[in-house]
Order: sequence, then structure tokens, then C-alpha cells
Amino acid sequence: MLIYALRRLLQAIPVIILIMIGTFLLLKLTPGDTVDALVGDMGGADADFIARMRAEYGLDQPVWVQLWRYMVKLATFDMGQSFVYEQPVATVLMDRLGTTLLLMATSLSLAFSIGITLGAFAARRAYSLTDNLISTLGLVFYATPSFFLSLMMMLLFSVKLGWLPVGGIKTIAGFYTGWDHVVDVARHLIMPTAALSLIYLSFYLRLMRSSVIQVADQDFVRTARAKGAGETRLMVHHIMRNALLPAVTLFGLQFSTLLGGSVVVETIFTLPGLGQLAYQSVIQRDMNTLMGIIFLCSIIVILVNFLTDLLYARLDSRIELS
Amino acid sequence: MKKQLIGLGIACLTASTALTAGVASAQEVKKGGTAIIHMISEQRILNPALRASTGVYNISGKIVEPLIDKSYDGYVPVLATEWSGSDDGLTITVKLRENVRWHDGEDFTCDDVSFTAIEMWKKLLNYSSALQANLESVDCPDPHTAVFNYSKPMPLDLFVAAMPDLGHPMPKHLYEGTDIPNNPYNTAPVGTGPFKFVEYERGQYVMAEKNEDYWREGYPYLDRIVWRFIKDKSAAAAALEAGEVHESGFIGVSMADVVRLSEDDRFDVGTQGYENNVAHSTVEFNHRNPILADLKVRQAIYHGLDIDYAIDTIMRGFAAPGRGPVPQAGGANYTDDVKTYAYDVELAKKMLDEAGYPVKDDGFRFKLRHRPAPWGEYTQLWGEYFAQAMKEINIDVEILTNDAPGFLNGVYRDHDFDTANGWHQFRSDPAVSTTVWLRSGQPEGTPWTNQFGWKSEEMDQMIDDAASELDPEKRAEMYHAIQRKEMEEIPVIFAIEHPFISVTSKKLKNHHNTPRWNSSSWYDLWLDE
Repeated sequence: MLIYALRRLLQAIPVIILIMIGTFLLLKLTPGDTVDALVGDMGGADADFIARMRAEYGLDQPVWVQLWRYMVKLATFDMGQSFVYEQPVATVLMDRLGTTLLLMATSLSLAFSIGITLGAFAARRAYSLTDNLISTLGLVFYATPSFFLSLMMMLLFSVKLGWLPVGGIKTIAGFYTGWDHVVDVARHLIMPTAALSLIYLSFYLRLMRSSVIQVADQDFVRTARAKGAGETRLMVHHIMRNALLPAVTLFGLQFSTLLGGSVVVETIFTLPGLGQLAYQSVIQRDMNTLMGIIFLCSIIVILVNFLTDLLYARLDSRIELS
Repeated sequence: MKKQLIGLGIACLTASTALTAGVASAQEVKKGGTAIIHMISEQRILNPALRASTGVYNISGKIVEPLIDKSYDGYVPVLATEWSGSDDGLTITVKLRENVRWHDGEDFTCDDVSFTAIEMWKKLLNYSSALQANLESVDCPDPHTAVFNYSKPMPLDLFVAAMPDLGHPMPKHLYEGTDIPNNPYNTAPVGTGPFKFVEYERGQYVMAEKNEDYWREGYPYLDRIVWRFIKDKSAAAAALEAGEVHESGFIGVSMADVVRLSEDDRFDVGTQGYENNVAHSTVEFNHRNPILADLKVRQAIYHGLDIDYAIDTIMRGFAAPGRGPVPQAGGANYTDDVKTYAYDVELAKKMLDEAGYPVKDDGFRFKLRHRPAPWGEYTQLWGEYFAQAMKEINIDVEILTNDAPGFLNGVYRDHDFDTANGWHQFRSDPAVSTTVWLRSGQPEGTPWTNQFGWKSEEMDQMIDDAASELDPEKRAEMYHAIQRKEMEEIPVIFAIEHPFISVTSKKLKNHHNTPRWNSSSWYDLWLDE
């Protein structure tokens, strides 16, 4: 077991190095660099200024030198300085991590629990009015682009009704502390969480519904029913447990992308999360920050994959770790 | 030997106090409150002596003050109280305001001006390093007098016109002996302004609070200003409507929302306060392409553009037709006595036939690869309109979509385009950043300069002469001549000039009362809440 974990760890290192080199070169292929983006924002600058900025960021060196310098620094877990934020990348990432984790973990768990419940419910009353209603609703959420859903919610709840704040993570210049602060942040997160979970929810709902219908036809369900098991017991113990497997797989997959955040929802609600940061970094060609995000994400994905493998072995003893 | 003495402190100060008093008597001024301002994009640093950019001034203007600012009555003293130039144009003497302290309590003196002028304005600040290239030294005969010494004549009105944007002194005691571009005070500025920097939360907001020790007695009125970064324009419009944001400047919401909110009586919508921030929507030609090097073709293209239609549909009427490189905001340096090109499709077609480009079998005369700049709604739609209008005169335009770095490299460095449409920003005086669009010999790859492969020795000479002319009247005439020549040869079409647009909540009072209001200090702004 320990040897297995160690081997997986050793295998992970070259994978990460390859990812980092690959993305670095890919990013270098995009036209323009961060100085161009800066000058674009400023509305112009003279040649000396541009040359000086390039030298300051080390962008006047050949690509191979830049890559080598970056990788050497990364080996000591130094992700460098963000060009746009004038702060170390590690600080920038840590500032954003909390918001993204909070947003994604709440949305995903809400979506998962409500989605599978609704899905199972719909499946048990397959092709009835209830099922049609739930399935249609799921389809509508599935088909609605997240930016549209977000803006419509904003229009209704903030502009028309004035119940919820438009965006941001807290009331600026509100200076709340203690519980007031917690309530304030929670109020700011209601709409983005709802927008995100409604979209995720439809995945689980549809998956669970088809999965339950499929399992309900199996022999062991018929046997259980013949033995006199009640509908609730049948559902909870026999059908749900088996129907859950694909939903759990999807949950695991989505968990890996959790750190990426949601670019669209974070941008519209101006939440200072990693998704928005990644998007901004591309626009501004902030190489170091973007590489930092990719580094963080690749580590998480490798870790989650490893944990999933361990979990599989635990659930199904036919699988051996070797 | 002092020739001119412009902007005597007392006279102008009285004028501005009278103006404020007039507004105040109409309604009792309320003190306190937090003004919340929408910003589209994040700023990297907040030091206006290192970055000449309206995005920086929007925030730093409240914290760091310039020597001279611009009002509707002309140039007014801020940290300078009076200024004059010698007859030979080689020295400019500036008297500095006394009893002004930096936010950390140190006195503001000539040492700060001298240090900033040499170390930042001359060496590091964009546009300023070209403007101050001949600045030799700044002497301090006493703590409140600064003498600028130039090796070549510097016109006083050029110096003064540049000061509101390019004349912010920074505290010497915090910068001396440090690595200036990486000094931590660049993102946490210390100035003399009505508001003190509090914090900059990346991706969220910047906050500044009232400076109790401000040199204008009784000001500022507000307790606090917060700038919120909202990238999404629809979300910004929602924030305005929900009352979470009081002002969105520089067309921070979509044009559809600008029109919608202008009919809403909770908001003031308009271009007032942007007279100093006027931009042109341009059509830029690559003269390396022999077809476009032909003057007749360029004239035909100009005739093929329905400028009035574009103003009405794209800019929704908030614009005027361009008359060459100097906009109306250029004041005395502007003239409308130039050759113009009326919209006339038939004439355009005839001119193209005459130039030797008849319509071929595929229905087109020739094909152009066009790069539209991604500077927001105006430029994108203007690029699409250009392609559409060219189709009318049988020119096939292929649009190459790109983001900001892609556009800047494609046009100004790699010259990989036939036509482009972009944005020329006028900065108070044609010598600051306008003539570089026409002067040949610009360093390769410098954005917003003549990278078009166009060269006219006559024009080069006119530009150089105008830049060193000391007599304001003669200088204005020289710029009129440049404008006329440009409109004849049209190396670039400065098609439409437009100020920016603000959407402001009526709760804000005394807003947009100067021609560069969003960049100014807002000492007299108050909130009726």
C-alpha cells in the first residue's frame, strides 16, 4: 500500500513537469505578452517605456531562458511574481482559493443532494405528470446558459426586488465583524451559488433518473419485492445504492475541476475567485499567475485521481492496487 | 525677464470658489458618506508619475495631486500657485503652494518636485519621457520655487497643458534610494490630495478615506471613496440600478444601457466632464500595400464611409465627425477649415475605377485584411461597419478578430494587416501624443504611432517646427496646417471624435464639473443621501 502510494507520487512528478513545460510553450505561442496588454490598458506608451517593462519582467530573454528560469524557481515551489497584481503568485492564489472553495463546495453539494433526490423521485413516478414536470425543469436549467440565468436572477432579486446584493463577496465599507460578517458574505453568495447549483443539479437529476429506472428493472429488485420489502426500503436499500454509482463517478470528476471555479459566474457576480483570476490572467497575459493556477490544478487532479483509485479498491474488493 | 504670468493663483481660486458657492446655495451641502465608483479593469499600479493612464488617474487623482489642473475656465493652480517662462524658452519657473503636507505628515517642497521630475517624469513616465527629453535639471532656489532648465526651448503652454496628466510630484522621502518601479508605495500611494489611500483588495476594490489635514480648508465633503471592479458591463448596469454604485465612467456599461439609463430620472447621463479625454475612432492604412499607398484609393474609402450613420447608430449621437488629428477639444490648435470627404458611394466607385481597380468577376475590386481593435463596443462595431461600408463599394474586407495583445502586435509590430480600426486618444496638446501618428521614424513596434509605412518629409518638418515654436498663436497656425495636410493626404482617417460617457446617480452632487473630472481630485464632490 505504502509502496503503491510512493510509486504513484514518483510517477506524478514527470507528469507535472510535462504539463508545466507544455503549457508554458503553449502560452508563449499566443500573440503578444503582458506588456502589450498593459500598454493596451494604458492607451499607449513610448518605445523606451515598453522596452523597460519587458526587461523588468524578464520578457526580453529567449523563450528557453525564460522557461529554464521559471522551472528552476518552481522546483523550490516559488511561483514568482504576478505581473498584474504586483504580488507573489502564491499570495494571489491563496487570496482567491477561499472564495472559490466556498462557492464550489456549496454549489456542488447542494446540486448533488437535491439532484439525486429529485432524480430518484422522478424515476419512481416515471412518465407521470410529476416526472414530466421535474424532467422539463431539469432540461430548462440544463439548457440555460449560466450568464443568462445569473443576469436574470440579478435583475429580479437585486434590481426589481432589492433583496440581495448585486455582486462582490462582502459589503465594501460596511465594516462588518463577527456574525454580521458571516451573514453578509452568505447573502452575497446566495445568487452565485443558486445559479451554479441549478446548472450542476440538472446533470445529477438526469443521470440519477435514468440510472434508477434501469436498476429498478433488475432481477434483484424483483426478488426483494417478492420477499415482501416495502417500497421505501426497496428504494433506499436496493435501488438507490446501486443507482448512485454513476452519480458518484460524476461527482468525483467534477470535484477535480472544482478549483478551476466558474469563470462566468465569478465574473458576473464579481467574486474574487480562481476562475475569474484565470480568465483575467489570459486576457492580461499574466504568465506567472496562469502557470501558478495550472500548477495548483494539476496537483489537485493528480491527488483526486489517486484518492479515487484508493476508494475504488475499498468499494470493490475485486480491484487490486498494483 | 518673465514674459507671461498665467493663472494667478488668487484670481482662479476666487473663480472656482464662486462657482462652488453658486451650486451650494441652491442646496445645502451634506458632509460625509461613501461614494462608490465602478471601474471596468484592474490597475497594476496607482502611481501617476510612473503610468500616464486615465485608469490610474481615476483612482490616484483623489490621492495624488498634480501641479496644475484644468477647469472649464482654463488651467488652475493646484500644488503650483503660479508659473512663467523665460523669453528663450529654456527655463520655466513654478511657484509651489506652501503649508501642504504629504499624507504621512512630511512637508511638500521643491525637493519632491525636482526629484520626481528627474527620476520619474523624465526617465520612467510614458509620454512624459519624450516631452521632458530636454529637461536638464530642476533647481530649488527656495523650498517653494522650482526652476525647470531645458537644453532646447520648451513652449510654456505645452508644459502647462501637459501638467494635469504628466505633472504629479511624488514624495521624495519615500522614493529616494529605492528601486522606483518596484517601490511598494506604487500600489499604496502617498500624496497630498483630499483623500488618503486605505487599501487595495485585488479583484475587488480600492478604498480611500478623507484627509483631515487637507490644504483646502473645509474640504473634502465625502468620508470615503470606493472603486469597485466589475468586469461585466451588464452586471455594472444592474449595480447602478440597485443603487450599489453611484457612477460608472468611460462608457462602463453597454451603449444599450447608456440609452436606457439616460431615460431614467435617477441618473445623469452624458459626455460632460470628458472634454479633455476625447478619442478618435480611426481607420488605419498599411501603406506597404501598393493599393492603399494610392491616395485616390484612400480618398475613395473615405467617401464610402457614412460617418453620420455611424455616429447615430454606434455612438448613439454622442460624437462628431473627425476633422483630422486634432479634435475640437484641442481649442486654439483645432480648425475645421479642412478638406472633407462627403458620403458618396457613386463617387467612391468612380474614383476606384479611375485608380485602376475595376470590379472583377467575383464582384469585388480587391480584398483587404482588416484588424479591429478590441477597445470595447465602439471600436468593434465601427470595425464591422467599415467592412459593411466597403462591401457597398465592392471592396472585400476580411475581419481578423484579435484581443488586445494580438491587435497591438498585429498592427504596430508585425504590420500584418491592410487596414485596421482603432482608437486615437488626444492628450490636451497635439505634441504630447498626436503627431507621433504622422511623424516618420517612430521606433518599430511602438503602439499608437506611425507604424503605417507612411512618410512625408514635408509633414516631418512641419511637426518638428511646431513642437519648438514658443509663440502660442504661431503654434496654433502650424497645427492648423498639419491638420489640413493630414486631411489632404489621409495617411490615417480620424473618422469620428467622441468623448466618453458617464452614467451618474443624481445623489452625487458637483459631479462632472471639470473637463477631466474622472481624473480630478473630487474635493468638492458630495453625496445627497
